[in-house]
Amino acid sequence: MSKIRLATVWLGGCSGCHMSFLDLDEWLFELAEFADLVYSPIADVKEYPQDVDVALVEGAVANEDNLELIEQVRERSKLVISFGDCAVTGNVTALRNPLGEPEPILKRIYVETVNSLNAEIPDEAGILPPLLDQVKAVHQVVLVDLYLPGCPPPAGRIKAAIAPLLAGEAPELSGQNIKFG
Amino acid sequence: MLTVTINEQELRVNEDATVLEVARDSGIDIPTMCFLEGISAFGACRLCMVEVAGTSKLLPACATKVAEGMEIHTDTERLRSYRRMILELLFAEGNHVCAVCVTNGACELQDMAIDAGMDHVRYNYQYPERGVDLSHDLLGIDHNRCILCVRCVRTCDELEGAHVWDVAGRGKDSRVILGMDEAWGSVETCTSCQKCAYACPTGAIFFKGSSVSEMQHDPAKIRFLANARQNKEWLR
Repeated sequence: MSKIRLATVWLGGCSGCHMSFLDLDEWLFELAEFADLVYSPIADVKEYPQDVDVALVEGAVANEDNLELIEQVRERSKLVISFGDCAVTGNVTALRNPLGEPEPILKRIYVETVNSLNAEIPDEAGILPPLLDQVKAVHQVVLVDLYLPGCPPPAGRIKAAIAPLLAGEAPELSGQNIKFG
Repeated sequence: MLTVTINEQELRVNEDATVLEVARDSGIDIPTMCFLEGISAFGACRLCMVEVAGTSKLLPACATKVAEGMEIHTDTERLRSYRRMILELLFAEGNHVCAVCVTNGACELQDMAIDAGMDHVRYNYQYPERGVDLSHDLLGIDHNRCILCVRCVRTCDELEGAHVWDVAGRGKDSRVILGMDEAWGSVETCTSCQKCAYACPTGAIFFKGSSVSEMQHDPAKIRFLANARQNKEWLR
């Protein structure tokens, strides 16, 4: 049996979901027998590859880089999993949404709360990906096949979502496995 | 006594009982959110809707009295789909961020979402701009987490007799207010009894100083107090 092509993606989130993924500990060895990690922030791959079987997407869609990447991910992956609360609901990443447009928020963070005479919003081209007006959950932008909530989802919950896939079965999450927060 | 059937089970019941009371007495659970034993039923959240033969309208179990021959269904596919829809709408309407909420892990809204199989929200989040009032010495309210179940309003009015809480605004602008829409700390009629904090099902009303996951509500205390007054049973 050929290995499944697994990707993990990091959009607007704190990387806590990836930390939780690493908490799978020795099960990662088992996973490696069935899956090749073809793209991940913990693997040095620059371009999102073609023909990915399963993509775990951490984080919300918060800026234009996130938007470009998630569209590629959807186009090149069979199964897209919203991985963690930021991907599923927007969560902490979306806390800025009730405050309106991003400009006043950037000003607050880079200028008003900084104790420096020449504090300014970085505007050099390519430094800061432009923020979207509103942070969005992944399924508000592209089609999502499976939801794996939690902040972060505990390792056991991640396993419950991935292990059936390795056996060619569709995972069904319920009970504490779909708890937000 | 009357005869009704719930989910094909025939029951002999008291004539002044509600559908919810009858169901729970027979071990049939109907999910509720705004209902709280010890204060009056209100029918605000619509989670306890049931199907009754002979009417196409769904009826709230908490506020519907039984009648002779009533045929009730509490757990059909249609009801389950509406309950999940209601929960998703509640999550989309306010700003509910479980991960940073004082009552994460002990929240009735969160638990009900789990029971309903809500793994994501299909509706667009509204991200309303709502405030937080921390002007009271002991208690705080975060309107972002309020679902307008008005348990606090009824508890304060019916049990404490203070009627500090009420509802102002219409439609999506509805919100609970204190006194004459004042800062909590300056409302002189508030007795600081804390019953609103015990009654609240979400992280909206909390003890100041609670951090993430630290707030424990105690809705059973409301039932205890109501019973204690009525039946002079003051030991818990």
